[in-house]
Amino acid sequence: MRPACTYGDGCIGLTMHTVRLWDLYSSFFRIGGLTFGGGYAMLPMLQREVITKHRWVTEEEVLDIYAIGQCTPGIIAVNTATMIGYRKRGILGAIVATLGEVSPSLLLITALATILLNVQDNQWVQHAFTGIRVAVCALITQSVLTLAKKSLIDIPTILLYLLVVVSTFFFAVSPILIVVFAIFFGLSVQKIKRSLQ
Amino acid sequence: MIFLQLYWEFFKIGLFSIGGGLATLPFLYTLAQTHPQWLTAKSIADMIAISESTPGPIGINMATFAGYQAAGIVGGVVATLGEITPSVIIIIFIARFLGQFDKNRYVKDAFYALRPAVVGLITFAGLRLFSVTLFPEGMVRIQETILYAILVFFVLRFKKVHPLIWIVLGAIAGIVIAFLS
Repeated sequence: MRPACTYGDGCIGLTMHTVRLWDLYSSFFRIGGLTFGGGYAMLPMLQREVITKHRWVTEEEVLDIYAIGQCTPGIIAVNTATMIGYRKRGILGAIVATLGEVSPSLLLITALATILLNVQDNQWVQHAFTGIRVAVCALITQSVLTLAKKSLIDIPTILLYLLVVVSTFFFAVSPILIVVFAIFFGLSVQKIKRSLQ
Repeated sequence: MIFLQLYWEFFKIGLFSIGGGLATLPFLYTLAQTHPQWLTAKSIADMIAISESTPGPIGINMATFAGYQAAGIVGGVVATLGEITPSVIIIIFIARFLGQFDKNRYVKDAFYALRPAVVGLITFAGLRLFSVTLFPEGMVRIQETILYAILVFFVLRFKKVHPLIWIVLGAIAGIVIAFLS
């Protein structure tokens, strides 16, 4: 196991076991509770807690961990928490950090859902939510356009995109099947591209 | 029994949704088809709104909300735990055995196609959202469609504005439209 920090970065002698589980839990609780939205929105909070405040990892490590979190299944924020927790306190640390990350959501959403389900029959609440749903449509449009710009980069990716939209929307193909198919598609297309070069 | 079912369904979502919160949406829509007593296409739209305007990862917020709707407080906890279990297992495995996972050639090759496929899946979720909000039962809702056109123009024009602001403006617009008509 690697030590939490080594000579030279200001915390000589600190080893893995000196990172307290409570610190892992409370740090990720703050990260989860103060980050609006997922993805890049969490980076500033993450940097503040795990680099500046606790010096658990370095700047480069955070970016690497974040990159791994992006290309593994599941929620990016959860993956990042699990990875840092694991590096500091093994499997127990991974679980504690992850629970810290999701705790604020559990508390807040449960409270809001309770309130919402009690007032949802009120007609003004219903009118408000009609407008809110329209706003969500606009936000999703923006997300799709931003993501499409980054991922539809050549003819095979554009064709795959169209195939996915048509097969899920019109033929109710399961998203699980799509994900599995995309992995094979990516591996084969890149292989063909390389053999053509 | 319902808790086991919830756990398993959200376990699958956690395992197959790659690329962040919105990537769980298409799975929620298929869940609404297989388990209509848990959630509906309409309630998913409300879930997105709540999840985008509260702190915390969007995917986790939606899992908690969906689980709560299906089976109360314990349901919310169980759905969330189900969704994070695959992450925890996979990440621990990678941390232990695969140091440079994100730089692996096969991972990169897979992501070349996974990215557009995930955008396709989110587009599908968006189309489902459009059809319940703007075109319910094949009818075009004129007021909502006009509001959409206005909002999408401003959302694309002012990209830095927080989603919460648009959601609040949407709520106000909804009330004003109802008041006027």
